[in-house]
Amino acid sequence: MIRLESLTKVFDTQKGAVVAADHIDMEVPEGEICVLLGPSGCGKTTTLKMINRIVKPTSGKVFINGDDTTGLDTQTLRRNIGYVIQQIGLFPNMTIEENITIVPKLLGWDKTKYKARAREMMAMIALEPDAFLKRFPSELSGGQQQRIGVARALAADPPVMLMDEPFGAIDPINRAVIQDEFLKMQQDLNKTIMFVSHDIDEAIKMGDRVAVFREGKLVQYSTPDDLLAAPKNAFVESFLGEDRALKRLNLVKVREIVTDEIGTVIPSDTLESALAKIDDYGYQNAILMVNERKQPAGIINRSIARTTKGYCRDHFQAVPAVVDLDDDLRKAASLMFAHDQTWLPCVDKEGTVCGQITQRAMTSHLGARYRARQGDDRKPSAAIKE
Amino acid sequence: MELLQYALDNASLLLSRTIEHIALVGVAVGIATLTGVPIGIAITKNERVAQGVLYMASIIVTIPSIALFGIMIPVLSLIGHGIGYVPAVIAVLLYSQLPIIRNTYTAINNVSPALREAARGIGMSPNQRLRLVEIPLAIPVIMAGVRTAVVLNIGVMAIAAYIGAGGLGTFISRGISQSDPRQLIVGAIAVSLLAIIVDYSLLYLQKRLTPRGMSREAAAT
Repeated sequence: MIRLESLTKVFDTQKGAVVAADHIDMEVPEGEICVLLGPSGCGKTTTLKMINRIVKPTSGKVFINGDDTTGLDTQTLRRNIGYVIQQIGLFPNMTIEENITIVPKLLGWDKTKYKARAREMMAMIALEPDAFLKRFPSELSGGQQQRIGVARALAADPPVMLMDEPFGAIDPINRAVIQDEFLKMQQDLNKTIMFVSHDIDEAIKMGDRVAVFREGKLVQYSTPDDLLAAPKNAFVESFLGEDRALKRLNLVKVREIVTDEIGTVIPSDTLESALAKIDDYGYQNAILMVNERKQPAGIINRSIARTTKGYCRDHFQAVPAVVDLDDDLRKAASLMFAHDQTWLPCVDKEGTVCGQITQRAMTSHLGARYRARQGDDRKPSAAIKE
Repeated sequence: MELLQYALDNASLLLSRTIEHIALVGVAVGIATLTGVPIGIAITKNERVAQGVLYMASIIVTIPSIALFGIMIPVLSLIGHGIGYVPAVIAVLLYSQLPIIRNTYTAINNVSPALREAARGIGMSPNQRLRLVEIPLAIPVIMAGVRTAVVLNIGVMAIAAYIGAGGLGTFISRGISQSDPRQLIVGAIAVSLLAIIVDYSLLYLQKRLTPRGMSREAAAT
């Protein structure tokens, strides 16, 4: 757990005092990732760096796991906080192994223990220990280097990690891969993490909570979904962008809005009964045909059912797309757009049809929170505009 | 041919003078490294002190060596070493300060801010940062400074023969005073060859001392 209590930083510059962070109060519960988000110069990095005193706080307190860190010796404090920076900062004069084991060494672990730890860390970041431990940072790609950077920060198993735009310097494809790997690691590690980002998409993907900063102040601190659905003021709203409703697609799983009302036919049904079912369920174009294990086998087009006699098994077409219950709505929407469909069949892990997802259900789910908000606080939002 | 004959006839003298020369420069630059590197590191803590120290060191280098010897004769006579070994070593020691201090200062200052922050962020003390990160990264540039000092001072030491310090300069000074071009030229060639050979040997040493992970970057400079 990290708790900040009225943490403040005032920089003395030639133009006078600049308040970089103004009485920041926030708490990151144990095991959660909190993303500090905002435009450059908003105080997010300053706030992060005050936690391990890379920037010395002007006033205020930092608590880690409930303990006030004010009285703690700076080096001890830092050795117990994992720190990852955008520029990675691996020491070029040291091998990968020496880089990873530096904090355990500073903490006085014995050699067999830290050597074993290095191998353990390599396994965690999915790099082959024998191939990499004796190499030097300059021999690795940027993505590999940042994985080592994360491993170095985690080597002494600190309860808390600070990450300053850790994936910012990595190309977009590798960045997505590393983000996914990191989230997977975090599921086991359960570290309390503060993570600075200026990328709204990264914040939504990585954060259990997002803290939006502006001009040294913490403007909004909430879950990604709350943030997107109910931005507190015009600044947050504009920072999130006009497509913020679309960004929420990433956060909602198909499972949450699937309905089990799905009309299906089986291969031995007649086209006549298929047509009746299409009308019963109100499908515009087609109905799904499933096999005996209830797996999607094809679709029967309305036009064919109306004009042709025979059995479904002779007149079906390929299923354009299906979604998995654990896919997010972004994928579902994308598939609908790509195949010009208004609904998609949903399957579970075994591939069995278990319901459908419709465009209507998606839009109404996403819209529900916006409409609720407009209903409750039309006045405050009007006040902001004035 | 005549020169070669002379060199061969005096091979043992040439060798002992060469060793003397190396010993003089070696001792002087050795001491200069022991003083210059710590000074160079110390002044990274304060920009203004650094400018002052570097300025002083630059001024010292502008003093002609003959003048420096001249100044030292009355001063060192007080302790009975007006001429000979002591003033020669002191002069070289002073001349070596600029390249060594300046290179150390530049190298330590040029360690990337990201690495400094990483080192601080993982909880290294200032001494550990210096020992584990900054000095190892600075070694190639510091060694380049030592090389400059050595090559520069092999030349200066040749002049020290005039105050009786010995070394290869003896051939040159005698060549001039005895109007003997053979001695003069042999001495001059020997000094030049020594400078070139020592420079390459130190370059090899520099490469050996460069941390392995950096050797690729160092090779480019």
